[in-house]
Amino acid sequence: MIRIEKLTKKFGSTEPVKETDLEIRAGEIFTFIGPSGSGKTTLIRLIDLLEWPTTGKIFFDGIDTGSSEQVRLAIRRRMGMVFQKPAVLNTTVAKNVAFGLKFRGIPEAEAQKKVRGALELVGLPDFTDRKAVTLSGGEMQRVALARAMVTEPEVLLLDEPTANLDPVSADLIEKLIIGINKKFGTTMIMATHDMIQGQRLADRIGVIMDGRLVQTGTADEIFYQPKGRSIARFVGIDAITGGIVVDNTGGHAVIRVGNNCFEALTDIQKGKRAALYIRPEEVTLTPANGLPAKSSVRNQLNGRITKILPYGPFVRISVDCGFILTTIITRRSCSELTLNIGTDVVAGVKATAIHVLPEDDDLPFHQ
Amino acid sequence: MDDITQGVTEAIHLIVTLDPDVMQIAALSLYISLSATCIAALIGIPLGGIIHFREFPGKRALIILIQTLYSVPTVVVGLILYLLISKSGPLGFLSLLFTPEGMILGQTILILPIMVGLVISALSGVDKSISDTLVALGATGFQKILQIVIEARFAILSAVVLGFGRAIAEVGVAMMIGGNIREFTRVLTTAITLETAMGEFGLSIALGIILLGLALIVVVILNLITSGLSSESQQIIGGPQG
Repeated sequence: MIRIEKLTKKFGSTEPVKETDLEIRAGEIFTFIGPSGSGKTTLIRLIDLLEWPTTGKIFFDGIDTGSSEQVRLAIRRRMGMVFQKPAVLNTTVAKNVAFGLKFRGIPEAEAQKKVRGALELVGLPDFTDRKAVTLSGGEMQRVALARAMVTEPEVLLLDEPTANLDPVSADLIEKLIIGINKKFGTTMIMATHDMIQGQRLADRIGVIMDGRLVQTGTADEIFYQPKGRSIARFVGIDAITGGIVVDNTGGHAVIRVGNNCFEALTDIQKGKRAALYIRPEEVTLTPANGLPAKSSVRNQLNGRITKILPYGPFVRISVDCGFILTTIITRRSCSELTLNIGTDVVAGVKATAIHVLPEDDDLPFHQ
Repeated sequence: MDDITQGVTEAIHLIVTLDPDVMQIAALSLYISLSATCIAALIGIPLGGIIHFREFPGKRALIILIQTLYSVPTVVVGLILYLLISKSGPLGFLSLLFTPEGMILGQTILILPIMVGLVISALSGVDKSISDTLVALGATGFQKILQIVIEARFAILSAVVLGFGRAIAEVGVAMMIGGNIREFTRVLTTAITLETAMGEFGLSIALGIILLGLALIVVVILNLITSGLSSESQQIIGGPQG
């Protein structure tokens, strides 16, 4: 649907988008995730043809979007855009929603019908005559969504659509996004700094760091097999560094870190240095004096709790096993197991839950 | 104090009886200042729009110059225009000196900088995100500009009202270019100057009250027009060309 080739964008001395190649397929929900200021917004604006690229090309349905302003306008009219901060014009909700139709010269009667349909779609059918500037943030964002959808775009771009909203409104917008994608097959391209949101909504995710698209894949690929330490940190995994592969039999490796040995799956050859990435949810904890752990968990590490941090209904526990292993368990299990700072524990990690990367093969953008 | 009460009484009397002299002066004032305001608005709003929406070298300096001209004394405009349109001046052939048309020209020049400057401010007051939203919704360059002007309508109205206020209240141009000729170029402000000089304080106060009353009526009408614009705008921006 959209093909991006060697795209860059410079503003003066800064370069928010560094050479990027990407193909977005028709009908998918594609999400850019990355920290604030990583260039997601600029990339979305480039795709919506609101900005001219410095170099590189964007093809929409095979059409080169860089040829003329007329072509860009025609293509822009096949897309819809929802901004992070919804801007409404100082008039009624219905007239706000109708702008795209007016610009396209749709006759009044037909426009009114479409506006009603779009407002019903976002659950605001009775808001037609309300003054748009008096709406709440969540309602404004739904109006913005209706306004973008009323022209039946083939591609809908969403730049942090829920970043400024309360959880209930954010949830509603997410449901609408998924609903619209299912109902109309609209291709969705969204930017978010909330990786969990990216995971919830996206068919595919592109991770953007410092202006570069550093990894593209499904949510599972990004969350369990990050391609480098910076990406891992962003998706919530701290690296365990300083490992050495001491044995590797057909991809089944033994990796020594300090005094501990891990069994994990990797192609990294014996003698090479390796870093281990373990999702905190994949680590189980049992008190050291408790029952022997289940045998299916290959890696059993003795350690002592050094930190317990509340994390919503969960707690995030740091265990010192010679290196720091982080785990997330529910608050309830934490109190049932009577875990405290200083408690000796056995941490269990399945061999399949360890993602191994060559140690010095990190991507060139640390932290 | 007596003069003021007497003035108010006389004003009421003159207005109620529709005194022909006073009505003629008031009508001429309104005609000249409204004409100047309309011409200045017709030039000033598009000009302000062009300056706001175009990027060009010296833009900042131009805006500072325009803002400086807000404070140009009315007599200076009068003097310069006098030199230009007097018999021996380069525009003398137009025979505008001591005519209502000359006064309209003078007042237009006087209030144009305020209008242009305030229109630029009004348009700058519309958030950049509105402009992005309009482009993303598929607006052409023209549709975008028109919609932003409509969005800034209340601030632009202030520019027009202020321009009208300065025009109807000024004496310098009216005196120097008009010459305060009875029943031809005498307007409210020049009449007040004259009557005061002759000791007719009552009549002066009456004329002052009438001037303020006219200003009130004009401002109310302009406000009504602007409110109505919200609904009419929707028809203007449509159209099959799209």
